[in-house]
Amino acid sequence: MNGFEYLLLLLGMSLVTYIPRLIPLVALSGRRLPDWLIEWLDLIPVAILAALLFPLLVVSDETGRLDLLRPELIAAVPTAIIALKLKSLSVTVIAGMLLFWVTSLLF
Amino acid sequence: MTDPQLDKKQSIRQEISQGAAAAWPVFLGYIPLGLACGVIARNIGLEPWQIGLMSVLLFAGSAQFIAVSMLAAGANPASIIITTFAVNLRHFLMSSSLSVYLGKVSKKLLSLFAYGVTDETFAVNLIKFREGRWNFTKALVVNHVSNFSWVASTIVGGYAGEFIPEGAFGIDYALVAMFIGLLVMQLRGRKYILTALCSGIMAVFFSIVLPGNLYIIVSSMLAATGGVVILKKIRQVARNERV
Repeated sequence: MNGFEYLLLLLGMSLVTYIPRLIPLVALSGRRLPDWLIEWLDLIPVAILAALLFPLLVVSDETGRLDLLRPELIAAVPTAIIALKLKSLSVTVIAGMLLFWVTSLLF
Repeated sequence: MTDPQLDKKQSIRQEISQGAAAAWPVFLGYIPLGLACGVIARNIGLEPWQIGLMSVLLFAGSAQFIAVSMLAAGANPASIIITTFAVNLRHFLMSSSLSVYLGKVSKKLLSLFAYGVTDETFAVNLIKFREGRWNFTKALVVNHVSNFSWVASTIVGGYAGEFIPEGAFGIDYALVAMFIGLLVMQLRGRKYILTALCSGIMAVFFSIVLPGNLYIIVSSMLAATGGVVILKKIRQVARNERV
């Protein structure tokens, strides 16, 4: 990918990121959405996060098959407990990295 | 007698310092994440200025991690853009929730504010708005202080990436750990836990059978839609029982 193509890619990515952030602010300020839409939008974040996360934990990137003994999954358990107890994103990220580092050295 | 001009200056200074104080945890939180993102991007061959430009234009942590890993895998630009859209669509909900508190702000200023809506700035600002004594200026400061931290740490990570070998310190796990943290903090009740489980299990299945990154959109839409339908059914049953 050359510099120009990279720039086009960034512009495309920034537009599709910026527009959904902007539209509700200018269009909805004060107005109310239908209930089903609020409910749907309320469930979307957890659904997307879980869809992003689960395959990273249990699907091998080499074989593309299910693998329940990945260090990614083993490190995820204590990382989730730390997130649950401490409710701090930065501590979770640092602890997760260290846990994964140690786990992948052991396995 | 007080000078009204001076009063105004003082109150703006106060608002800026209050906004910065609220942004502090986000500022700190972005440092390890931004460093990790910069190092990984450098390891796949992006220059520090390319990394910085991405941070300035996007300001979206998880989308940037995903874009970098898709670039490394040789994905085509269209699929990277579609995935970015799907991953960042959640900000639509966040902006919708924030819009309730920003009724009187001009469109021009709102378009500046929209740039800084991320999971973390949203969380901080919404909590502050709900508590009261929060306003647009302070919220805007939160966004931009956080933005500065993100842009700076990804660039520093980009320069450091040359000296840090691939996979050192578990840096490859930064994104996974962030997803774990964000997910855990959003599980505020049974409906969120069930939706997350359904979506995650479907995603595992679809990631094996569907090509590319389609599984993210397919499973999250199915799980959220299923959740809405089931909640509606539950409410209907409850209403019928009452009658």
